[in-house]
Amino acid sequence: MTKFLEVKNLSVSFPTEDGLVKASNDVSYSVDLGKTLAIVGESGSGKSVSNLAIMGLHNRATTQISGSAFLNLDESPIDVISAPEETVRRLRGKVMSMIFQDPMSALHPYFSVGNQIAEAWSLYNEGSKRDGMKRATEMLDLVGIPSAADRVKDFPHQFSGGMRQRVMIAMALVNNPKLLIADEPTTALDVTVQSQILKLIQEIQKEFNMAVILITHDLGVVAEVADNVCVMYGGKIVETSAIDEIFYRSQHPYTTALLESIPRVDQFGSHRLKAISGQPPSLIGLPKGCSFAPRCQFVSHVSGNRCTTEDPELTEKAKDHFARCFLSTEQIHSLTGRNVKA
Amino acid sequence: MLKYVTRRLLYTAILLLIVSFTIFYIFDLIPVDPARLICSKQCTPDLVEANRHRLGLDVSVLEQWWRFIQGLFQGRTYGEGGVEDIYCGAPSFGYSFNRHECVSTIIADVFPTTLSLTIGAFVLWLSVGVSLGVLAARKKGKFADRASNVFVLVGTSLPTFITGILVVLFIVLKFHLVNPLELGDWKNPITDPIGWLRTFFFPCATLALAYAATYTRFTRSNVLEISSEDYIRTARAKGLSEKVILRKHTLRAALAPIVTIAGLDFAGLLGGAIITEGIFGLSGLGKLSLKAVLETYDLPIIVATTLVGSAFVVIMNLIVDVAYAYLDPRVRT
Amino acid sequence: MNSENILELRGLQKHFKVGGAFGRGKTLIKAVDGVDFTVGRGETVGLVGESGCGKTTVGRTVMKIYDPTAGSIIFEGEDISKLSRREMKVRRSKMQMIFQDPYASLNPRHTVGTIIEAAFIIHKIEPTGGRVKAIQELLEMVGLNPEHINRFPHEFSGGQRQRIGIARALALKPHLIVADEPVSALDVSIQAQVVNLLDDLQKELGLSYLFVAHDLSVVQHISDRVVVMYLGKVMEIATTIELFANPRHPYTKALLSAVPIPDPIIERKRERIILTGDLPSPANPPTGCVFSTRCWKVQDRCISEAPVPIQISPNHTLACHFPEGTSNS
Repeated sequence: MTKFLEVKNLSVSFPTEDGLVKASNDVSYSVDLGKTLAIVGESGSGKSVSNLAIMGLHNRATTQISGSAFLNLDESPIDVISAPEETVRRLRGKVMSMIFQDPMSALHPYFSVGNQIAEAWSLYNEGSKRDGMKRATEMLDLVGIPSAADRVKDFPHQFSGGMRQRVMIAMALVNNPKLLIADEPTTALDVTVQSQILKLIQEIQKEFNMAVILITHDLGVVAEVADNVCVMYGGKIVETSAIDEIFYRSQHPYTTALLESIPRVDQFGSHRLKAISGQPPSLIGLPKGCSFAPRCQFVSHVSGNRCTTEDPELTEKAKDHFARCFLSTEQIHSLTGRNVKA
Repeated sequence: MLKYVTRRLLYTAILLLIVSFTIFYIFDLIPVDPARLICSKQCTPDLVEANRHRLGLDVSVLEQWWRFIQGLFQGRTYGEGGVEDIYCGAPSFGYSFNRHECVSTIIADVFPTTLSLTIGAFVLWLSVGVSLGVLAARKKGKFADRASNVFVLVGTSLPTFITGILVVLFIVLKFHLVNPLELGDWKNPITDPIGWLRTFFFPCATLALAYAATYTRFTRSNVLEISSEDYIRTARAKGLSEKVILRKHTLRAALAPIVTIAGLDFAGLLGGAIITEGIFGLSGLGKLSLKAVLETYDLPIIVATTLVGSAFVVIMNLIVDVAYAYLDPRVRT
Repeated sequence: MNSENILELRGLQKHFKVGGAFGRGKTLIKAVDGVDFTVGRGETVGLVGESGCGKTTVGRTVMKIYDPTAGSIIFEGEDISKLSRREMKVRRSKMQMIFQDPYASLNPRHTVGTIIEAAFIIHKIEPTGGRVKAIQELLEMVGLNPEHINRFPHEFSGGQRQRIGIARALALKPHLIVADEPVSALDVSIQAQVVNLLDDLQKELGLSYLFVAHDLSVVQHISDRVVVMYLGKVMEIATTIELFANPRHPYTKALLSAVPIPDPIIERKRERIILTGDLPSPANPPTGCVFSTRCWKVQDRCISEAPVPIQISPNHTLACHFPEGTSNS
């Protein structure tokens, strides 16, 4: 069965003076229409770069990209990595759209929000400027901006942070794309506004049957909206599976450590947080072996020095559950105690 | 927006009144007595006093200033108590007893020259600076960028008076592109555009060079900075072509600050015009005021040219602010 | 006053005048508008609320970075609200601040040693055993290698830089630390390290913390008591367990329900209170209760009359006319 987006062995590297930055390393994932894939990772884990590559937003002259990313369109599948730049450009905003973290800097300060939405619309639709503004008003209404008709000519600085993100969503969705990539869409927002925006994205996804890739560092947000999860570390996917598998039967020490290190509002008590020692790796000249090995508390449970000499492959540990670890399922579950029946 | 413009207009009018009074006050403080200067060899205190009355200097500064302002709007009669009364119609900037002409006539005579020079230079430097800057930014690190960098270095390191002398030496005297006898001849740009170009192209270019270089550098860095903004990435994510992104999104944001600086530089150009006019033998506002100060101490002309110069700055400021508010919606309040 | 309190705020106000040329069109922003709460000795008080609620302003006013418009700040039994900068200098060694962005708050041209030493120089302190030894001890205390004393801030990671900020704050042996979003700029896997460090230091040195943050999960973990602010006013104050298990103010309830929990099954069952609309402008706050424009329980009284904070139980203070009922949990 083919899914709407299928990413295979996608690598993105940036040559710099200090060496080659392997920002995204042999990454594969897929997402289907109507589903949400969450890509979780810390800063520098490479969670954004592969998606920017799918959108064709890297400068091809200064970026090394390999692998493939097929959009299975009705007409015929297109590999957006190898397709000509012009072809990919004609897919942007129409088939695939992206929204970003900071809605203030992502909107042009000199143009009215209606103008910016109408511009995106008129790229793929015949119609006058007035039709564009009419469509913009409809979109603003759809994303829940009160009295949209009055506000369509307002400028981004006249909106609050949450409203600006709504404007971004309206702009991204004006041509009914099939894929929405949301890069930390709520990180810059307050928590009550965050839940509004997440709810909005979910509603619109249902209405238009979109595939959504949600890039985030917040496992709470993942738990709230995702169907499938990719956990990234040091430019690689270390674990990927359906959401409950990840949260309740995690097979990678990084995922379990991350889940245990974050405080939760629903768990009281002055227990000490289980911090992950050390620092995230630099993406230049990654160490030999597993990138998480320097911070992993289970290294000694793997025979020999395998963790520091050999990089584990992403292997299927359970049905549709892949992890990059030498430990067997039984070993890791007995070590972490994470094998909860849902 | 309308409210903003009205408010700014009001401020500008008040500012101009204050500036004009300050000019009168400063020249009153200067210990040179024009009444004595125009007095002949057999000068008596009575004659000086009569002169002073004729020049209108026998009243308080405030009164002098007020009469001047009235003259601006109503026209004014000069030479009271002298042989003849002279009337200069509105707007009257005073009367030069030295040249026996209304100052407004004198200024009207030289103003087109100065305006040709400044506007010509302005258009030249803006078009060269901005297009070269955009080109350099788009071809960053390539030949065009490096070549424009050489231009920037040369342009910013050559003072205008050196450029002017070099231009005269090579273009006029060596290559005979302009007949030295025609140098500085006023030609009407509407009836004789070729002649006008011949007179003004090289002075304008001389004046424009340093500015064009600065603007190239400024535009380049602005375009590069804006290109890395998030909203340019958004524009790309929408599927816009690079051409539209540059023309609509990048340039709009990159050029807005240039408008501000360009307006103020344009106003400040009068200072530079004095040098350029001198080198190319143009008789413009700069030459007029220089002569009035250094040779004849013709107070009405000095006051009028100073006032025109400062009015120019103040009004350009107004235009810049309004233009900026038009360009950047965040400023409008 | 209660001698157990290291800090007591009484009717604290901080108003800012913004905008307007030629003295016209100025608007008054009531960033903090009458705030009362205390911080006990050795206690951690979390100050939470969304952006624009005034929590950061409270922290900075306590530090006298801003002069309060009205009200008093009683620190160790003395009202410091009207002290001059010079008079504050002595007291300031006893209250220190940790900032959100560890990189922006460290001078990039100075070594770690110089940065920490500055505290000794300004306050003319000569620690026993010499400054270098004292600095190395501080570095060790915050979990950094004492040999890195001559390194520059850019040579450290974000989490390590926050440790430097903490070491600097500890140099003068303060009694109170105002921490302004100390972990929100850090990576998830690093946040726990710094939270644990703050915990350990508190136990070791008997510090009191005023912990200003927007992340309720972190606040819940670190605080003994929590103050919830909205639009410059205190909505609710309670011990952490009381507040999180039994929120009485509708705003607190909405805030808590909005925090995602990293547990998909719980998330699927949870009912969210989605607040409509945006935070009103602090320049033009609603009449009556400031939360009335977004509250789902709003009644006429809320618009006509602002509720005052009332102590409803020994460890619970509330400013609401129609509080939520006590739940059984």
